[in-house]
Amino acid sequence: MATKTGVTPAPPAGNPPVTLSKEEVLRYSRHLIMPEVGMEGQLKLKAAKVLCIGTGGLGAPLGLYLAAAGVGRIGLVDFDSVDLTNLQRQILFSTTDVGRPKIEAAADRLRAMNPDIQIDTFETQLTSANALEILKDYDIIVDGTDNFPTRYLVNDASVLLGKPNVYGSIFRFEGQVTVFGAPGGPCYRCLYPEPPPPGLVPSCAEGGVLGVLPGIVGAIQAAETLKLAIGKGEPLIGRLLLFDALAMRFRELKLRKNPGCPVCGEHPTVTKLIDYAEFCGIRGEEAPAAQTNVPEITPRELKARLDRGDDLFILDVREPHEYQICNLGGHLIPLGDLSRRVSELDSSREIVAHCRSGKRSAEAVEFLRQAGFRKALSLKGGILAWSDEVDPKVPKY
Amino acid sequence: MAVKVIIPTPLRAYAGKQESVELQAGTVGEALNALTTKFSELKKHLYADDGRLRSFVNVYVNDEDIRYLQKDQTRVREGDIISIVPSIAGGARI
Repeated sequence: MATKTGVTPAPPAGNPPVTLSKEEVLRYSRHLIMPEVGMEGQLKLKAAKVLCIGTGGLGAPLGLYLAAAGVGRIGLVDFDSVDLTNLQRQILFSTTDVGRPKIEAAADRLRAMNPDIQIDTFETQLTSANALEILKDYDIIVDGTDNFPTRYLVNDASVLLGKPNVYGSIFRFEGQVTVFGAPGGPCYRCLYPEPPPPGLVPSCAEGGVLGVLPGIVGAIQAAETLKLAIGKGEPLIGRLLLFDALAMRFRELKLRKNPGCPVCGEHPTVTKLIDYAEFCGIRGEEAPAAQTNVPEITPRELKARLDRGDDLFILDVREPHEYQICNLGGHLIPLGDLSRRVSELDSSREIVAHCRSGKRSAEAVEFLRQAGFRKALSLKGGILAWSDEVDPKVPKY
Repeated sequence: MAVKVIIPTPLRAYAGKQESVELQAGTVGEALNALTTKFSELKKHLYADDGRLRSFVNVYVNDEDIRYLQKDQTRVREGDIISIVPSIAGGARI
């Protein structure tokens, strides 16, 4: 794999004691005047090496606050490019960054914010082959990733290297934050021994996320990271913080170290990194393109048949709030209501069901066929494909 | 005993879009049973085919993980809060 990295070699052993310049004293004066941080804490921050995995929604506030606080060396790992849908929450990036590698835009922003610190960049996907090598030079690992395989990888690598892992994850309006892998504390596998099978838990890409949520969760991760670096306060070790932005409520649950944990337990069975895609049930690079056997119609075929005046009944199985974003003028019955409202449909007519991407409409057609609607078809690729192939005026979301 | 079960966001779609459900139960198992009887679609999201609670779903009574109490048999008291806490990963389409 082409790994583009920008790591400055670590200073030789016996490096001079860390000190602050006159300018740094001024820059960090609001830290220095607090006894909980003070000069001692600020020097610890300057000596600290933190690796941020992911520079997206969580990584943005995290990177910004760590850089602002004077963490001396910050590593960034990401392989993605900035796209327009990121900007609703990924505040490291500007509109002009769209199309740029995230790592490049992130490093520029952090260096501009604080030129006194070292930013290391790893433009690569974290894998079992490179994780230990990348993580080993850092004191604290922060997990700002967006998928289960990488989360288990980050966990296992942190445990194997004996480094704390500041964990944060988000979904819609809810976040979870804790510190895994601290001495005597639990790890991610103590909490969740196994990931959900693909498809059972919706992702933010499907379920959405309130833009400010990763900001709040990432900022809490930053606070925990700074506390760990200066060795002050009560870190979130053995405590799972749950945050609900809609109710605006924080709750805290107890996390216990599982003596039978396969990674950090008394008799670990995972002693080196494994194949995490396989562990998470994911085959191949992409998510399994819902293998459906239901009859489909392509957007172009549908357009041709509508233009011909064929009698087709368009059934939209998305949610009402999605219908408001864009629609093809179809009859709206959300997938979840279909079994209850099936009487609204005429089984003698040809029905073309569609959703956003084709996944839900395939489920709908499977259900309809079983219910006797023998002429039901699913629009292949959904309204997204319709926008690409037939009518670019239809917005994609 | 009247207990409140807090439904996490990812599972609300299978529980009538409710944030929480008030139920009568003596144990955690009874509460979850009552819940999945009321919302049958929830069942496959909480339990694997072998009937065991899925390993990416944790259940808490107040702030304690039932795996470290008496699991399904954990007794609940009037006013206890049962939380279902599934793992969430973030943005990727997986």
